[in-house]
Amino acid sequence: MLARRLIPCLDVRDGKVVKGVQFRNHEIIGEIVPLAQAYAEQGADELVFYDITASSDGRVVDKSWVRRIAEVIDIPFCVAGGIKSVADAGLILEMGADKISVNSPALARPELISELEHNFGQQCVVVGIDSFFDKATGQYQVYQFTGDEHRTQKTSWLTLDWVKQVQQLGAGEIVLNCMNQDGVRQGYDIAQLKAVRASCSVPLIASGGAGAKAHFADVFKQADVDGALAASVFHKGVIAIPDLKQYLLAQQLEIRP
Amino acid sequence: MSLVIVDTGCANISSVYCAFKRLGVEAKVSRDLGEIKNAAKLLLPGVGAARQAMSNLQQRDLIDTLKAAPQPLLGICLGMQLLTDHSEEGDVACLGILPGEVKRMQVGKLRLPHMGWNTLTTTDAGQQHPLLAGIGAQDYVYFVHSFAVAPSAITLASCDYGQRFAAVIGQGNKFGAQFHPERSGKVGALLLQNFLSLKAD
Repeated sequence: MLARRLIPCLDVRDGKVVKGVQFRNHEIIGEIVPLAQAYAEQGADELVFYDITASSDGRVVDKSWVRRIAEVIDIPFCVAGGIKSVADAGLILEMGADKISVNSPALARPELISELEHNFGQQCVVVGIDSFFDKATGQYQVYQFTGDEHRTQKTSWLTLDWVKQVQQLGAGEIVLNCMNQDGVRQGYDIAQLKAVRASCSVPLIASGGAGAKAHFADVFKQADVDGALAASVFHKGVIAIPDLKQYLLAQQLEIRP
Repeated sequence: MSLVIVDTGCANISSVYCAFKRLGVEAKVSRDLGEIKNAAKLLLPGVGAARQAMSNLQQRDLIDTLKAAPQPLLGICLGMQLLTDHSEEGDVACLGILPGEVKRMQVGKLRLPHMGWNTLTTTDAGQQHPLLAGIGAQDYVYFVHSFAVAPSAITLASCDYGQRFAAVIGQGNKFGAQFHPERSGKVGALLLQNFLSLKAD
């Protein structure tokens, strides 16, 4: 049976791992490579590295750390941030990343997704979606440039429409970042993830809101996601991955021990 | 021990290279016919689509050399699929080194690509085989694919995802792994180590 994946997410800014609350006020957590190695050893099923400054700064950053991660860890990892072209993605994959994830650049130019799929195969192409529940309209809406609070802006896309669109363009996996829940550890946005799950025939990864072991069990059981991504609970030692895996196994979930 | 990773122009070459380096083996990544012919062992990596990969091999004039290679050879993921007779992905003839047809997976309501950690079930032949020494039934390995080869007489381990498919195949000294041993933690490293330990004949 295919196991549900637990995915620590390492936000990278200027070569360090950082973490913010609701995408703001970032603090430094530590160095990239030792953290990646520690998570792999603890049983993480996959790692995601988000270069959170790249898209909003309009610059291409030094990604030599990708190669250093590929050298030490023996589980899959995905790199996101500022990938705007086939050439950008090719470089990251060549350095040893297994997948690349696109977000703001795909909103600016959706055909990027098809170009990546055509060149590297669907399995390499992850689309990250930052979705915010707007209480005024009662709608989930897609945001871009969320790495910089001053430049974060709402797009014209409703989340479910964009989810369908990126699959048609060739996305192989979707990571849904539920912005209202990000960093506040109140649980994943089950209602939204369920709605997206119903429109998503590729693997779906939940992101934003994990605060307790029960939140992981809830999101797997109720929203049927393929993986759950989390940052602060892992970085701050609130939840240890081996404990979490034991807990989820006891809940009869399919987990790689 | 000289190990050559055939430079197919595909994307996972450096992960495979690094995986061997962690085992203490400095592999050579090469598309040079002489180097490939002189290698003690060959590794055929692969990520991407079958038609493109076969056309890369053709452009690099590698097809005849690989078909005739006497050394132990391990194909990984798409590299395993390329060892078979034919792939439905792009309707392309493959190398025909191992018998088999690559078909799009039929998984019902499950999601494709089949992406993540899934369990191996070793066949009777697989349980005896040195390539899978120390790898138990129900060990988890990492898969990413939408196409697969059906189980057959040359299957050493299978996996289930909506359908049963071949996860490891082998005949003589030619082998294929549908999963990514370079990204499958300790179990994957063991398979690569076992491949390195096979007698190079």
